[in-house]
Amino acid sequence: MKSLLLILAMLAGSQNPPAANAPRGDAQNGKTLFMKYGCYECHGREGQGSNATGPRLNQNPITYPRFVAYIRKPSGEMPPYTAKVVNDQQAADLYAFLQSLPKPPAVDSIPLLKQ
Amino acid sequence: MAKSRKFSADRRKFLKGAAVAGAATLAAPGETAVARPAARVTAPLQDPRAETGTPPEAEVLTTDHCGSDFMVDVIKSLDIEYFCANPGSSFRALHESIVNYGGNQKPEFITCCHEESSVAMAHAYSKIEGKPIGVMAHGTVGLQHAAMGIYNAYCDRVPVFIVVGNSLDATQRRPGVEWEHSVQDAASIVRDFVKWDDTPISLGHFAESAARAYKIAMTPPMEPVLLVADSDLQERPLSEKDKLRVQKATRTSPPQGDSGAVAEAAKLLVAAQNPVIVADRAARTAAGMKYLMELAETLQAPVLDQGGRMNFPTRHKLNLSGRGRPLIAEADVILGLELTDFWGTVNSYRDQLERTSRRITKPGTKLISITAGDLYIKSNYQDFERYPEIDIAMAADAEATLPALTEAVKRLITPDRKNAFQARGAKLAAAHDAAAEQARKEAAYGWDASPISTARMSAELWAQIKNEDWSLVSNGAGGWPQRLWNFDKYYQHIGGSGGAGVGYGAPASVGGALANRKYGRLSVSIQNDGDLMYAPGVLWTASHHRIPLLSVMHNNRAYHQEVMHLQRMGNRHNRGIDRAYIGTTIEDPNIDYAKLAQSMSWYAEGPITDPKDLGPAIKRALAAVKRGEPALVDVVSQPR
Repeated sequence: MKSLLLILAMLAGSQNPPAANAPRGDAQNGKTLFMKYGCYECHGREGQGSNATGPRLNQNPITYPRFVAYIRKPSGEMPPYTAKVVNDQQAADLYAFLQSLPKPPAVDSIPLLKQ
Repeated sequence: MAKSRKFSADRRKFLKGAAVAGAATLAAPGETAVARPAARVTAPLQDPRAETGTPPEAEVLTTDHCGSDFMVDVIKSLDIEYFCANPGSSFRALHESIVNYGGNQKPEFITCCHEESSVAMAHAYSKIEGKPIGVMAHGTVGLQHAAMGIYNAYCDRVPVFIVVGNSLDATQRRPGVEWEHSVQDAASIVRDFVKWDDTPISLGHFAESAARAYKIAMTPPMEPVLLVADSDLQERPLSEKDKLRVQKATRTSPPQGDSGAVAEAAKLLVAAQNPVIVADRAARTAAGMKYLMELAETLQAPVLDQGGRMNFPTRHKLNLSGRGRPLIAEADVILGLELTDFWGTVNSYRDQLERTSRRITKPGTKLISITAGDLYIKSNYQDFERYPEIDIAMAADAEATLPALTEAVKRLITPDRKNAFQARGAKLAAAHDAAAEQARKEAAYGWDASPISTARMSAELWAQIKNEDWSLVSNGAGGWPQRLWNFDKYYQHIGGSGGAGVGYGAPASVGGALANRKYGRLSVSIQNDGDLMYAPGVLWTASHHRIPLLSVMHNNRAYHQEVMHLQRMGNRHNRGIDRAYIGTTIEDPNIDYAKLAQSMSWYAEGPITDPKDLGPAIKRALAAVKRGEPALVDVVSQPR
C-alpha cells in the first residue's frame, strides 16, 4: 500500500493532466462501486486515506492508464482487481469518482489542527 | 469474624469423621453405621436435633484461620494491590480470605464479568504501574476463558500474577460440578504462554513458589506466571503448630548487554552516516524513555517508534516514526531495541497472487539488536517472528543497556563527528517538522465528513484533554493520536494487546484507568466497536469500582481488519468482492453503545454522526469523568 503512495506521489508531478486519456466515466456509479467494492475500507469514504491502510486518493492525481495498471497489478498490499472483477468501464467510473472528490478546507482555517 | 473453637486436625480427617457421624446418626439401634451407605455430610443438619443439641462434628467446620489466610499474607508481602476475578468455587476460600481476613485492601477484589477481562485489566494495569496485579480463576473453565488474555500479555512481555483454584484430591471433591471444575494439570492449557507455573502441595510450598513466580515474572522479558491454589490447601484449618514463613521476593537486576558488544555497537553507531534507532518495547519505565532520548540526542539519530511502549516523545525533533521506510532504506546502521519483528522492519513483504519479499536496506547495512526476547523463546507459539540476520545481537534488556551504550558512544565522539551529528540533526528536525505539517494537511481531508473521520475524532478529543494530565489507555484509532497529539510522558501510551487478540481494548482501558486513578490522571480510550462486543461486562466493572474513564467509541460498524483479507481472497479467486461484507460487518441492527453503557450506569452520549456535535459531546463526557464517573461517547466513524 505504501508503494502505491510512492507511485501516486511520483505521478503527482506528472506533466500530463491526470484525466487525459481517461475514458468517459460515471462518477455517481463510481461512488457506488467505491462503496460496494470496499475501496472505502482502506481509503476512506472521502478518499482521505489512512496512514495505517490505504493512501489518500482525494486530490492525489494519477493518470488513468497508471490507475488501471495499478489496480490490475498493485505493487503494495492492495488486493489485485482483475478485469473479471472490475471491468474497464467500472474502472473508468471509479476514476471519475475520485476526480470528482472536493478539495478539503484549508488546513489553516481549522483551529483544531493548530494545537 | 465469629469466635470459634480452635481446631488443629486437617480437613481430610474432619470430613472423614463427619461422614461416619452422619451415618451413625441415621443408624437404627443395634445396627452399625457402616452397614448403611454413608450419608452426605449435610444430612445431620436436617435433623431438628442438630439445631438444639451440640453437633460436635459440625462445629469443626469453623476455624479462625485457614490456609487461604496464609496465602493472603503471602500475596500482601508481594505488594499486589488488586485481584481481578469472576468468583469461582474452586477459590472460594481465597476469595473469602481476601475480603475478610485481608480486609479487602492490597489486594482488593475487583469483580470482573469474564476472565479474559480480568487478565486484560491486569495486563494494562501493569504497563502503567510497572508491577503486576493478580488474577484469580477456576483452574478449568475460568482459565479457558482467560487463555486468550494471557496469550496477549505473554506476547506483550507483561507480568501478570495468576492464581487458579483446583481440587486435586479426588476423594475431597463435592459430587457434581466440582469434578467438571477439577483437572490433573491445571496450568497445562496455558503452559506454552506463561513463563513459569507451579502446583504447590503445601502452604510452605505456596509461599516459596509465590515469591519465585513474582521474581520470574518481573525479570525481563517479563511475562505472566501462574500458581495453582489447591482448594484443600486453601480451606484446611491452620493451627498454631503450623510453622509457616512468608518468603522474601527478591528482584533481579535486568540483564545488560555484554560490554564488548556494547563497545562494538557504539563504534558502528558513531561511524555511521545514517544511523537509525528503532524501538518497540524498549522503554519498560519512564527512565527508558529518558535513556533513549539521551542516546538519540547524543548521536542526532532518528528514532522510529513502533509503539509497543511509550518510547519517545511524539514531538521530539528526532522522532521520524512516520518516515520509517525511506529512513530504513537509507540507513547504514540500524539499532533495534526490543523489536518484535526485526525481519519485518528491514524487509518488505507482498501477499499478492504470489507471496514475495525483499530486503529494503542497502547492501552492507549493519544490524544491531538488543532484546531480552533472545533470552527466552518457546517453540509452540510463533510470536518470535521470522529469523533476522543480525550483525551484533545482545541478549539483554534494552532499557538496562542504554546508559552503557550512550556512555560508550560519548567516549568515541570526535569534534568532527560532533559537527557531522549536528548537521544531521538539523536535517532531521526539518524532516520532523515537514512530517508534522503533512499530518495536519492530511487530517483536513474528510474533515466535515459523516461518518466522522478518525483524524477529526482524534483532533476533537485532543482539544478537550490537552491541558489535562491524561493517559491514553487504549487506542483504536490507528496512528492519528501519535501524529496530532503531544505525547511526552511515559504513561500517556501503553502499547497494544501484544498478540492481536481482539477483546483486549475495553478491559485494558479499564485496567489502565484503575492504575491511573490513584494519581488523579485522566484516562482516555479510543474504543473499537468490535472489541467492546467481546466482553462488554467490563463497563459494569468500571461503574461498580468507580473507575473514571473517558471512552470515545470508534464505531465503524465492522471488523475492518478482516475485510481486506476477504477482498484479497475474492479477487485472487476471480469471484469479486461485493460480498466481503458478509461476516465482517456489525450492522443490521446497528448497536446503540450509549444505551449499552447507560445500562451499566455510565454517562453516555451518541451515536454522534455530525462532526460538529462531537466536541461538545466529549466536553460533557469529560465533565462526568471529572466527577469520578466513566463516560462514553459513541462516534459513528470512518473505517480507519
